[in-house]
Amino acid sequence: MADHQSDLKQTPLHALHTALGGKMVPFAGYAMPVQYPMGILKEHEHVRRQAGLFDVSHMGQVRLSGAGAAAALERLVPVDVLGLAAGRQRYALFTNDAGGILDDLMITNAGDHLFVVVNAACKAQDLAHLQQHLASDCTITPLEDRALLALQGPQAAAVMGRIAPAATRLVFMSAAVVEIGGADCFVTRSGYTGEDGFEISIPAGQAEDIARLLLAEPEVAPIGLGARDSLRLEAGLCLYGHDIDTSTTPVEAALTWALSKARRQDGPRPGGYPGAEVILRQLAEGAPRRRVGIRPEGRAPVREGAELTDGDGRVVGRVTSGGYGPTVGGPVAIGYVESNFAKPGIALAALVRGKPHPVTVAKLSFVPLNYYRG
Amino acid sequence: MSERKYTKDHEWVLVEGDVASVGISEHAQEQLGDIVFIELPDSGAEFAQGAQAATVESVKAASEIYAPISGTVVEVNEALVDEPALANSDALGKGWFFKVKIGQPDELGKLMDEAAYQKFVDSLD
Repeated sequence: MADHQSDLKQTPLHALHTALGGKMVPFAGYAMPVQYPMGILKEHEHVRRQAGLFDVSHMGQVRLSGAGAAAALERLVPVDVLGLAAGRQRYALFTNDAGGILDDLMITNAGDHLFVVVNAACKAQDLAHLQQHLASDCTITPLEDRALLALQGPQAAAVMGRIAPAATRLVFMSAAVVEIGGADCFVTRSGYTGEDGFEISIPAGQAEDIARLLLAEPEVAPIGLGARDSLRLEAGLCLYGHDIDTSTTPVEAALTWALSKARRQDGPRPGGYPGAEVILRQLAEGAPRRRVGIRPEGRAPVREGAELTDGDGRVVGRVTSGGYGPTVGGPVAIGYVESNFAKPGIALAALVRGKPHPVTVAKLSFVPLNYYRG
Repeated sequence: MSERKYTKDHEWVLVEGDVASVGISEHAQEQLGDIVFIELPDSGAEFAQGAQAATVESVKAASEIYAPISGTVVEVNEALVDEPALANSDALGKGWFFKVKIGQPDELGKLMDEAAYQKFVDSLD
């Protein structure tokens, strides 16, 4: 293999993954568990029915502090950061001058600072981007000494209720400092599975103790990257580098819900971020293509790169991620199609190994989204 | 009782008269993980040794299965259509993929026996 395990970075939970029988693979420069002995299908179903613990410590955690941090960050994202109340979290995108997406991220107002979580594969580039544009207005601190765990599933709140009751008062997309096992943790009620759940930022030295504490609860099983991907795919959530990248705009990516009203043409602070001209024009006039759900007929998975054709055999789109959806019980995919085909119910074909397979354009989430909104 | 033979691509062949059944090894099914779909060849299809003969889709990825020997497909395992996971749970038994009428019997001699294959798998770790 080209990637030598020895060249890979390890998260603070590496020893625990190995002890649990995790199958370690290279991912974004880290050795990460793709699955545990339970296997991807059972891990996936476990999260949908009970609760799963994910190590997402490879992701980048960054603190932005200083009175000007929120206003400064607004220069890089099409999102209302100034209006984000203390204890609240918001999804955002770093855009480029062409309106493309450099990364997607979570921004939380932690009271005296902003807490930002970015993708592992983009974190060096994101940090450079922040340094270049914001360094004069706020202090940028990469939190390299912190682990990040995600506890996801319908039983996640019951588990947290026993270990950290204060966390269960949070609603979806809110945050608080919560003591868990003697450690000061920063907990948000959010995730990447379509289920209720929490993400827990922990001092690296206490991460394994807290992970073991959570895993000792009867509902909780460790879950690898394989199920993380099938869970997010069924929930219709974007994977950066696949479903969104510098060649896709937020409007094309069907992420217009993430474009805050305050930053739109008729809002109090319109534009003012890279590519605003393109994005605001597409908001008003529409985009030439759009991200949609794709539901293949039959059992054959339709994977990333498969071309989508109309009744005349003309290529009208492409699949950007796809696979088997264990909860759906069949193949599911995400892709881009020309806008006039971006309506649920439209019949297309996907070319798999040269053969057309019938597919239907679908809503982006293939499962109900079970977020806790209080 | 004939002896099961293996390829370096982790397929197995089991000869019964002039017909051989083909499947994937225990090592292959473990590496692939949960199998969710298998595209089998058509009955009557002819393959040269090493030609792509089937595709296995696991939750992780699609993987090609190559014909371990030359021959003509005489039967495919329809049970795999409804229950692809048989290739995980019983890779050497109910999880067989297809049967071929053996085209060139001398090709069998070049495949690995159980012990040689085990050694080969151990060398991969």
